[in-house]
Amino acid sequence: MNRVVEHSEEAAAFLKDEKRAAWHDETLWFVRAKRDKAAHKVADWEELRETASQIKDHTLSNLDEYLIQFEKKAKENGIIVHWASDGNEHNQIVYDILTKNNVKHVVKSKSMLTEECQLNHFLHYKGMAVVDTDLGEYIVQLRHEQPSHIVLPAIHLKKEDVSKTFHEHLHTEKDNIDPTYLTRAARKVLREKFITADAAITGVNFAIAETGGFVICTNEGNADLGAHANKIHIACMGIEKIIPKAEHLGVFLRLLARSATGQPITTYSSHFHRPKEGQQMHIVLVDNGRTRQLGREEFRNSLKCIRCAACFNTCPVYRRSGGHSYHNSVAGPIGAILAPNLDMKANADLPFASTLCGSCTNVCPVKINIHEQLWSWRQILMKEGYGGFAKKSAMKTMAAVLSNSGLYRLSGKMGRRFMGWFPALINNKLNPWSKQRDMPAPPKQSFNEWYKNNRKNG
Amino acid sequence: MGSREKILQAIKQNKPAAVPLPQVPSFSRMTDDPLNTFVETLTSIGGHVVVNDFSQLKNFLVQQKKDGLQVINGVEELADYNIFAYKTYKAIDLESVDTVVIKGKIAVAENGSIWVTDSSISNRVLPFICERLIIVIDEANIVATMHEAYEKIKIDEEGYGVFIAGPSKTADIEQSLVIGAHGPLSLQVYIV
Ligand code: SF4
Repeated sequence: MNRVVEHSEEAAAFLKDEKRAAWHDETLWFVRAKRDKAAHKVADWEELRETASQIKDHTLSNLDEYLIQFEKKAKENGIIVHWASDGNEHNQIVYDILTKNNVKHVVKSKSMLTEECQLNHFLHYKGMAVVDTDLGEYIVQLRHEQPSHIVLPAIHLKKEDVSKTFHEHLHTEKDNIDPTYLTRAARKVLREKFITADAAITGVNFAIAETGGFVICTNEGNADLGAHANKIHIACMGIEKIIPKAEHLGVFLRLLARSATGQPITTYSSHFHRPKEGQQMHIVLVDNGRTRQLGREEFRNSLKCIRCAACFNTCPVYRRSGGHSYHNSVAGPIGAILAPNLDMKANADLPFASTLCGSCTNVCPVKINIHEQLWSWRQILMKEGYGGFAKKSAMKTMAAVLSNSGLYRLSGKMGRRFMGWFPALINNKLNPWSKQRDMPAPPKQSFNEWYKNNRKNG
Repeated sequence: MGSREKILQAIKQNKPAAVPLPQVPSFSRMTDDPLNTFVETLTSIGGHVVVNDFSQLKNFLVQQKKDGLQVINGVEELADYNIFAYKTYKAIDLESVDTVVIKGKIAVAENGSIWVTDSSISNRVLPFICERLIIVIDEANIVATMHEAYEKIKIDEEGYGVFIAGPSKTADIEQSLVIGAHGPLSLQVYIV
């Protein structure tokens, strides 16, 4: 059970640097505000969410047929289709394709699935060099860290950190912290990697059953540069990424970037249907616990997730504890639902790392009932005997995350906003966040006092 | 049993009862003036838009060449229509390309994106490896929303197609926006 305490421990460590933690909190709240602005501009936003949600519900109820249809069409398009039951099989498939083609150097664009399967580790052990080309992922790769956010992988770092890392690895000027300078330096190095690699690995945002193709969304253009510059393109996707028809892309692409960063659309929405002349195009369809989650009625619709991270940005616990505290490739509220399905014991603390305020559910573009599912996990984990320890751990997180007076001084507006949601919490044994007698004494001020004071101010 | 069968069988066993596929409703067009909305939106995301001034583009390209910069042109109405000569070039041989000019098929007002495909870009890597991308689009092909765009497009008609909305960008260093990540440093759009 030693991993169970990690969320609270890591959260406490994250909060030690008060200024940095406050910056993290405020910056993500700012991204959330941009999302609101973008959403409000769209006249039928709520109808759009409802439609997206229903399309996903339908797709999950017919997932086998859509996968078969997708496979057939993709094959007709000249794409080679692979199936993997778990992360290991996925990694082996990718490795076999690479060795069969004598590949030495691989460029990879952002794919949370390959993080989930720990593909980089696997290939590294086999002696293969994989370069992450998304700027944020490249930065964390150089630092031997994991991404801390699914859309903003290096959001836990400041430009001073990046400057130091680049000075060490890319020999940029010492202490030059100009983001443009640093970005250009990475561009130069990675350009070289793109054009000298032998293969490109990408993720997939949407795969279309009707046409047998897939769509990748990026702002940097790295997925395209990799895929087009190389003679082998391997796209890796979880089986839940399927949508039935091309017209549905209209619905999802309107929602995705607006929910993620407040942009009206990502710079590139690339539609791949056939390899270019002389190129091999592979797609790996991965289960890795997804069919199991499909069978859990109360968690099934976590599979509707389009990985926009809106639920991260709005979550008071995520913003104040950082992505690494979730010890899972997908952090945040949705990660806390997906992780116990992969390993209940190791991730038992995560569903407790939430105030159940419901803000995640309100922003989710595919209307996943995130906070209700966190609640359901708590009930299951308590029944399975993992709850007690996790609960305690969560309360420690709360003591640190919600009662850190310095943080609240620095982000008073956000504190008040949070208090606006808080009265909605129910006092129940499954919500340790609202229960005073179970609470360890938080620093400086008791939770109740803090609650009263802040409520008056809010 | 192979993984394919295992996965399909597990889905069959675990999937919920059939839920009907919803009709995609006809959503609001959000604008009565797609041209202006397009210009505004693309400008707000870092694109540079020129309306009805093709001569400006012609002069720009003449100057580029005078300055010794490599220009690859995919617009027939302009001088040196040479894009198809580069169809099979490898990325490594295109590294020094400065400017690529291509034709867009559909432009979308709500998000400032432009749909381009294999047949207009000739070589898939060209719109990404150049420093400057220029797209020429017919005003008649500006639609209001993505829904309208997908009504007009058949996404699998060609092997590859992409909506391009502005120059490449990143905010991965402390959320500071930097225009010019891995793709072009700038995007100019000429509406004719
Ligand atoms: S659960 Fe919803 S809000 Fe969270 S990442 Fe997935 S789609 Fe976005």
